[in-house]
Amino acid sequence: MTALSTTDHHDHHLDNDSIDVFGFWIYIMTDCILFATLFAAFAVLHTNSFTGPTLKQLISLPYVLGETMFLLASSFTYGLAMLGVYKNSRARALFWLFVTFVLGLSFVVMEVREFIHLYADGNSWHVSAAISSFFTLVGTHGTHVSIGLIWMAFMMFQLIKYGTSPAVNKRLTYLGLFWHFLDIVWIFVFTIVYLMSSI
Amino acid sequence: MSDHSVQTMKYGAKPKTLKSYLTGLFLSLVFTFIAFTLIGKHLLGVEASYITLTALAVAQLFAQVICFLRLNVSQEGQWNTMPFIFTFVIVGILVGGSLWIMYNLNVNMM
Repeated sequence: MTALSTTDHHDHHLDNDSIDVFGFWIYIMTDCILFATLFAAFAVLHTNSFTGPTLKQLISLPYVLGETMFLLASSFTYGLAMLGVYKNSRARALFWLFVTFVLGLSFVVMEVREFIHLYADGNSWHVSAAISSFFTLVGTHGTHVSIGLIWMAFMMFQLIKYGTSPAVNKRLTYLGLFWHFLDIVWIFVFTIVYLMSSI
Repeated sequence: MSDHSVQTMKYGAKPKTLKSYLTGLFLSLVFTFIAFTLIGKHLLGVEASYITLTALAVAQLFAQVICFLRLNVSQEGQWNTMPFIFTFVIVGILVGGSLWIMYNLNVNMM
């Protein structure tokens, strides 16, 4: 993060910034494999509900659609924030980053509410392997989104303090990769965990 | 929005434009709503549901990877796209292999 950026020379083939961003992309890909292992665990265990309720009985599709809309919208507004950064408009970037933050936070709040609801009804992770794998997979995704939100709060402060400098620009590119990636993982979470369990 | 066209490739990603984001959002919304409607209203049989859901998820994956992440197969973009494809090979082996092994285990334990 401390590497000095070579300003205005992004057309150069192998400048440091490109290599840094490529490195972050490799991290995203390893994160992808982390999620793949959790998806594999869920796929193997999702029918093993033992004596507890099946996942189908616990899932509310309209609620999940709401979560999906929040996360998808936040992915889109993050793009609008990046367009603001490219135009060197700090105000626009900050505004859309704030909107993204609020949408992301709404997603996390909805998910936490769902978890609390499940827990309060006695359907927590120790009830069965199916619910255990459900909590692990969805919870890991939710943790990622929460970390992304903390990161986004820091980036908003940096934008206020430093403006759209090349260093801030690069950090926002990292966060953008991370944020879009989380929305892509969510496609598979809602398809495999929620929709396929409700068939 | 004329200066959007001036924006060159950045970090191997194709230029991010308002148009690409809007396209991505529109396609994602369409795929999401189709998926939720099909399952919510039980419009398809079990097998057809699984196939359609998988197809819709993969379609949305492509929509977001191309429109939001701006992956591409240009000279510079290949640096990002090749690890991406490699990761999917690993993911395929991991998930497919786990399901295969565990299925056989279940069948043989019956």
